[in-house]
Amino acid sequence: MKRAVIGLAVLAALLVALPAFAGPYALSVATLILYFAYTGQAWNVMMGFAGQLSLGHSLYVGVGAYTAGALFFHYGVGPWAGLWLAMALCVAFGLVIGFLAFRFGISGVYFALLTIAFAEFTRIGFDHLDWLGGPGGMFLRVAQRDAWDLANFRGPPLMYYYAILFLTAGAFLLCFFLLRSKAGYYWQAIRENEEAAQALGINTFRWKMAAVALSAAMTSISGVFFAFYYNNLFPEQIFHISRSIEIILGPIIGGIGTLFGPILGAAVLTLLSDGITEALAALGWEIPGIKQVFYGVVLLVVVMFLPHGIWPALYRRLGFHK
Amino acid sequence: MSLDLVVNVAIAGVLTGLVYGLMALGLSVIFGVVRVVNFAHGEMMTIAMYAATVLFTTLGLDPFLAVLPVAAAFFVLGYALQAGLINPFITRPEHSQFMLLVAVAIILVNALLMIFGPGARNVQTDYQLESFEVGRILLDKSRVYAAALAVAAAAALFAFFRFTLTGKAIRACADNYLGAKVIGLNVKKYYSFTFGLGAACVAVAGCAMVLLVDVTPGLGPYYTLLAFVIVIVGGLGSMTGALLGGVLIGVSEALAGLFIAPSAKSMFSFGLLIVVLLLRPQGLLGRKP
Amino acid sequence: MTLLEVKRVSKSFRGLQAVREASFEVPQGSINGLIGPNGAGKTTIFNMVAGVYAPDSGEIVFEGRRIGGLRPDQVCAAGIGRTFQLVKPFAGLSVLDNVIVGALHKERTVGSARALASSILKKLDLDAKAHLPASSLTLPDRKRLEVARALGTRPRLLLLDEVMAGLRPTETDQMVQVFRDINRAEGLTILLIEHVMRAVMALARHIGVLHHGEVIARGTPEEVVRHPAVLECYLGEETEV
Repeated sequence: MKRAVIGLAVLAALLVALPAFAGPYALSVATLILYFAYTGQAWNVMMGFAGQLSLGHSLYVGVGAYTAGALFFHYGVGPWAGLWLAMALCVAFGLVIGFLAFRFGISGVYFALLTIAFAEFTRIGFDHLDWLGGPGGMFLRVAQRDAWDLANFRGPPLMYYYAILFLTAGAFLLCFFLLRSKAGYYWQAIRENEEAAQALGINTFRWKMAAVALSAAMTSISGVFFAFYYNNLFPEQIFHISRSIEIILGPIIGGIGTLFGPILGAAVLTLLSDGITEALAALGWEIPGIKQVFYGVVLLVVVMFLPHGIWPALYRRLGFHK
Repeated sequence: MSLDLVVNVAIAGVLTGLVYGLMALGLSVIFGVVRVVNFAHGEMMTIAMYAATVLFTTLGLDPFLAVLPVAAAFFVLGYALQAGLINPFITRPEHSQFMLLVAVAIILVNALLMIFGPGARNVQTDYQLESFEVGRILLDKSRVYAAALAVAAAAALFAFFRFTLTGKAIRACADNYLGAKVIGLNVKKYYSFTFGLGAACVAVAGCAMVLLVDVTPGLGPYYTLLAFVIVIVGGLGSMTGALLGGVLIGVSEALAGLFIAPSAKSMFSFGLLIVVLLLRPQGLLGRKP
Repeated sequence: MTLLEVKRVSKSFRGLQAVREASFEVPQGSINGLIGPNGAGKTTIFNMVAGVYAPDSGEIVFEGRRIGGLRPDQVCAAGIGRTFQLVKPFAGLSVLDNVIVGALHKERTVGSARALASSILKKLDLDAKAHLPASSLTLPDRKRLEVARALGTRPRLLLLDEVMAGLRPTETDQMVQVFRDINRAEGLTILLIEHVMRAVMALARHIGVLHHGEVIARGTPEEVVRHPAVLECYLGEETEV
């Protein structure tokens, strides 16, 4: 245990100090890794803790992004205020999906299909909403500032890096404390065996709803970050099922239900895929789709041979359990 | 909007729906027997469509003739997929198997993108421009032929399960895994056979579909979801349900496209999936899950 | 005082009558058994008391309160704990964590839940294995864990569903002792379904016998063993004792 704490402290220090020795490209990659780490962690709350497989998480990223983006675009409302509405809407969506699923006893693969259906439904719906830009997309005014304008969440890439680092660290700590709390115990009980959990007095419906709500709320923040970092939103992209799959790759590869898994998985995935794209470009091969094929192969290999993800095995290797 | 137009569109929807039904039939067979959620189903369909276009442009093979080699190839590939990838992991939890096929789907979709590029491809036969006139109804010849092919394939499949020994053995494996093993059936082999059959169905459906629409790599995920909507609406484990569901979806998509907007077609299907999952998860003709 | 009263409860599944107008009482502080051939309806009655099914007709009254039709978690909140015939451990959690989940029902903090869980594990002789994953336990230990977990919720009535099945005679005797101790020390009322006669005879003060969904005999073990209807259903007609 002690080793683990030291390792964590070292990692944290490295991440905080990263901008000092990393160039702009490395910084953007690090930002991307942390983005996927954070979003993966948010998804992990629903899956790893409560055992509900959501393949439609892009819904929350999209709704979060569009809500905050639209408020900014149409009314000049800053992200900090927009964040609350974004969270509220995402939680509402999540509760609706959760209610419909859990009340009617839908679980497992059927639940996954339900989440996909909702995300797809919303994608096509947003394509038709002209107030949100329709298929042509919504573009937020980009103000290139060197100064940090936290109120409007505009600034140099450095600001975004520290913002997402802060979010990821926050999510990590939140999940750490949750796991040790009554909520964590109850969620894991539900995940392991729902019937037995009920016999021990756990209102599984309520707790599952709580997991969905928390996961949705956390993911909505991802969306808000996305909106103000990338500044353009297209329904086809942000709600697409590939986004949902990207979100879950990190936790699955790193280790579902673990604290560090999503972070490790996001790092491994992004670095490797970037590395491969760079290597191929150096060889003169710029092929669309190759990165996704790579994702697919990694996912396949991990699911086949490391069903619990990389992190649990690595954890033992590094002696962190002592 | 005249009644003629509505009727024409509806009938076109029925015919397309029969092809959808065949595609969903493949999924129903796979899921009903092997109990694996084939998330790569739509990608398989798309590959079949590409195969048909390639055979058409290189060898001039009409899709109806391409059916035989493509279906045979798909049977082998499906068999191999089940035997090599899924059977060894059959004891894993449900969502693990699911993710396996998600991974396969991702690989296939993007492999198609790499090989064929994002542009649309299609087949252009002479009879695609002709139509039958039945009273005041105008039926595209290609649509009629495609539907006929679908029905023929479905009938063959029904007959196989009803009358052949292998078919009955497969039904036994589906009904009672343990019981089948006890009486000495090599269940894993039958699973592979069934996956091959399901893949062959998809192959035929793909060859039929390529007469009706252009093919792009992105169709994969769309068809996967559509197949699931159909199977769930029609009822899991029911082959007639799959065909019926296909027709239903075909018609409602066509009419939704006519009355609402062409792009709203799939939105309607997803809405229907949500409603069915909630109100009647066993679908129209399925058994209770 | 009667703790649990099952009054003329019936349940059928798709036309098959599993339980027909079954009635019996469980006095507080006693150990009671429910026996009968397979398919007699014992587990169905259990599941109705535990909230898994709602009875088609009749009443289930616990501590004066109607509990028929409540959800399983509500039944637990009312004060009834249960084990499952096919044990359902939280395989990915440690033995201690399994019991903590149970203890969190009434305990306010994880710390106090952990303390309670540890003491329960000690009582059931599982404390040495507290930090092992539940999936690594042998069957007898899993059964103990199941009981420990249920005890964590501080029930006033404990339902044991064939908890002795699969145990060797020495293990059975150990379990019997555990239940005797808990019953005596804390006055915990126990209702158990059992096939293992050795355990039922040793533990139960009252026994109800089910056959084809009906209660055909009630009484002390000695009375029930001589009851003609019981002998007929277990051993066939024309049996003499």
